[in-house]
Amino acid sequence: MAKTKIMLEKRLTVPTSVKAFVPIIAIFLALVATSIFFIVGGKNPIEMYIEMFGGAFGSWYGISETLVKTIPLLICALGVSVAFRMQLYNTGAEGQLYMGALAATYVALFVPNIPTLLRLPVMMLAALLAGALWAFIPAISKALWDVNEVITTLLLNYVAILTVESLLFGAWKDPNGFNFPQTAQFDQSFRLPAFGTTRIHMGLVIGIVLAVILYIVFSKTKWGYEIRVMGESKRVAVYSGMNISRNIVIVLCLSGALAGLAGMSEVSGVSGRLIRSISDNFGYSAIIVAWLARLNPFMIIVVSFLFGGLLSSGSTIQMAGLPASTSYMLQGTILFFVLAGELFIRYKVRFIKQEVE
Amino acid sequence: MGNLVVEMKNIRKTFPGTVANDQVSLQIFEGEIHALLGENGAGKSTLMSILTGLYKPDCGEIYIRGEKVDFKAPKDAIDRGIGMVHQHFKLVKPFTVAENVILGLPGKQFIQQDEIVKEINHISEQFGLKVDAGAKIWQLSVGEQQRVEIIKMLYRGTNIMILDEPTAVLTPQEVGELFRTLRSMADKNCAIIFITHKMHEVMEFADRITVLRGGKAIATKENKHTSSNELAELMVGKQMSMERKNAGGELGEVVLKVDKVCAQNDKGLQALNNISFSIRAGEILGVAGVAGNGQSVLSEVLSGMREATRGKITLNGEDITNKPVQSIIDAGVAFIPEDRGSTGLAGNLSVIDNIMLKEYRCKKFSGGIFMKDKAVRTRAQELVDTYDVKIPNIDCPVKMMSGGNLQKLLLARETSFGPKLIVAVYPIRGLDIGATDFIHDLLIAEKAKGAAILLISEDLEELFKMADNIAVMYEGEFMDTIPYAKANVNEIGLLMSGVRSGTNG
Repeated sequence: MAKTKIMLEKRLTVPTSVKAFVPIIAIFLALVATSIFFIVGGKNPIEMYIEMFGGAFGSWYGISETLVKTIPLLICALGVSVAFRMQLYNTGAEGQLYMGALAATYVALFVPNIPTLLRLPVMMLAALLAGALWAFIPAISKALWDVNEVITTLLLNYVAILTVESLLFGAWKDPNGFNFPQTAQFDQSFRLPAFGTTRIHMGLVIGIVLAVILYIVFSKTKWGYEIRVMGESKRVAVYSGMNISRNIVIVLCLSGALAGLAGMSEVSGVSGRLIRSISDNFGYSAIIVAWLARLNPFMIIVVSFLFGGLLSSGSTIQMAGLPASTSYMLQGTILFFVLAGELFIRYKVRFIKQEVE
Repeated sequence: MGNLVVEMKNIRKTFPGTVANDQVSLQIFEGEIHALLGENGAGKSTLMSILTGLYKPDCGEIYIRGEKVDFKAPKDAIDRGIGMVHQHFKLVKPFTVAENVILGLPGKQFIQQDEIVKEINHISEQFGLKVDAGAKIWQLSVGEQQRVEIIKMLYRGTNIMILDEPTAVLTPQEVGELFRTLRSMADKNCAIIFITHKMHEVMEFADRITVLRGGKAIATKENKHTSSNELAELMVGKQMSMERKNAGGELGEVVLKVDKVCAQNDKGLQALNNISFSIRAGEILGVAGVAGNGQSVLSEVLSGMREATRGKITLNGEDITNKPVQSIIDAGVAFIPEDRGSTGLAGNLSVIDNIMLKEYRCKKFSGGIFMKDKAVRTRAQELVDTYDVKIPNIDCPVKMMSGGNLQKLLLARETSFGPKLIVAVYPIRGLDIGATDFIHDLLIAEKAKGAAILLISEDLEELFKMADNIAVMYEGEFMDTIPYAKANVNEIGLLMSGVRSGTNG
């Protein structure tokens, strides 16, 4: 009797075609899987997808709204990717974003007498520092006592979000805001300028410039080289005399700082005040974006744009009578399939026929 | 002697690239304690893995109590009463002793705690295996955990007990207790096989000894008809091609001085025990010894990767004890680590990145912030050409390269910055003759340039070819250091098993 056995064989090199096709197939399968929920909800999935795509990319307005969502995704994903390069899994971009938003808001509302020209830079600096500080807690615990950063960064998200909420419902609540949990509107000088009549703001430029800078840092600098070695093998890094603990702290703080900057760009560029739903889960989606883009800064720009479209199509879904959170579900499903696809990138599947006695 | 219980006939087992067992035959009788003696890689563990059903031999036959068996899985061996206590215990730490003992056994729906404890206590009394059945594994000492492993086997009705280097983790008192237990088991008609490379244990506790070397069973001797001298000779082998590479030459000033250094291994056990030695410029100090006697720890302490808990290390008079790795590299210490693929080189990184590991901080290759791309590429290409490293191009990840080429690349990097001290650990392990020659020539060239070289090897032939002096390492210290001219294989073999000449045989 012949029996076929499925064997996984580790690949020595990954052909470019596999690297390119596996994520595409994974996304396709994610769309198929999510269809089930559309069907259960009584919708034709193909029509829904066409509508979603049209909503996000089919008109100038759609594209501009997609770009508005792209900005925080891009900046957060760049931040997350910095940590991922050293195999530090910062799942706390969401909380770092909130802390950045909080610090930027503090500057805009409560620091008097900043020269007009310095207002935005000071806000940015405050947000960068706040994000870095929020990441410093897990970073130092990781560096000194090897505490798992996945858990600490994730748990601190709740602390950050609830801290912001407590301020919004309490001390920072706008006295003229009809009791809504939000702060007062920022002065115009604390707002990132927007392009024309759209809601797209300077944050987009900041994100793209950051992507270029990160590309240069990671491919051309001495420190980038060290991070590359440390990300590949801690043992080799120690052997070469690199200081791992110090770099854990630096990398995680830098990662947090960038996520914090995304928070500033949201309050200053989009809402003009600190509000409850300052983040549309950007910090979490950023993890998927960074992963899908394989940490390449330029790919992160592209993937952020696609995911921005997915988020902005949430309203299209809502209009069709399904919950907007369907777009998160689709995101999650995509990550799920992409992670499963990793198997096929790392291994070759072989079918072996065996004779069985 | 009792009945023949285990007979392995003409066992052969190959792994890709190596023959682990070649025509090995082994007979074990009821009531005996049988030692398997041999160096690392002699094939002891493979042979026992075959007997316990972990591996299937390529050819050969196994008879248990006269009956031919074909083990398809470890379970088949267990059913025949064969049990093995591994060097790394297979115990679930948060579980109790009793829970571990019954783990994996078919049983009733509900666990009869009292009965199990009673049975365990019965076994412990019978064989002097003191242990608290209710204690959790993590609360027990290593010696006690080993007792649990043995009880586990006895509970399963094991009467052919195999122990893989059982004394490696024990204190001397515990060793005595262990062998008293094993003797009482043998007296009750169990057959005991233990793997070891410690001569005194063999001479003290074994009834018969089978020596393995290079995958072959060289001889089986009765304890009363042999001596540690004879066994050492069998274990190490005599026929060596003595084509000496080292042409001698004047030795210079002392470069490395190690003074009463102590250090611990990853498990927190003492691995270096007040070790002291020195190496002069142009000297190759060979270190012989069975792996696991502190060689790796010594190399890591010298290269700054591991902390010395006591003592002092100086390089050309400068104190480098527990200095950061970077300062030690800057002081001129090259390190060829034991596992070239995972410590010395990063597999997924390119040849360029790997070549830069030690020198990337130099002004020549990087400025304040940026790497000097051009200089880096030129350097990498230059080294690849000079050292004849076979590689499609310098942007390739190094994991594509063969072992010999990897080692060439590593040595190219480590010798090119003009090191004052080279620490080389098993530099030719797994290499073919061509690559071995290349590596040896390189080290000799460095010796001629005046580098001090510490060559740690498991291959006596290599040491006799290369070393000016040969030190023998055993349990974290040097048993003795012998000039090449006065060294002989037998004496070194004995020292490797912990026997000082003149005290035995």
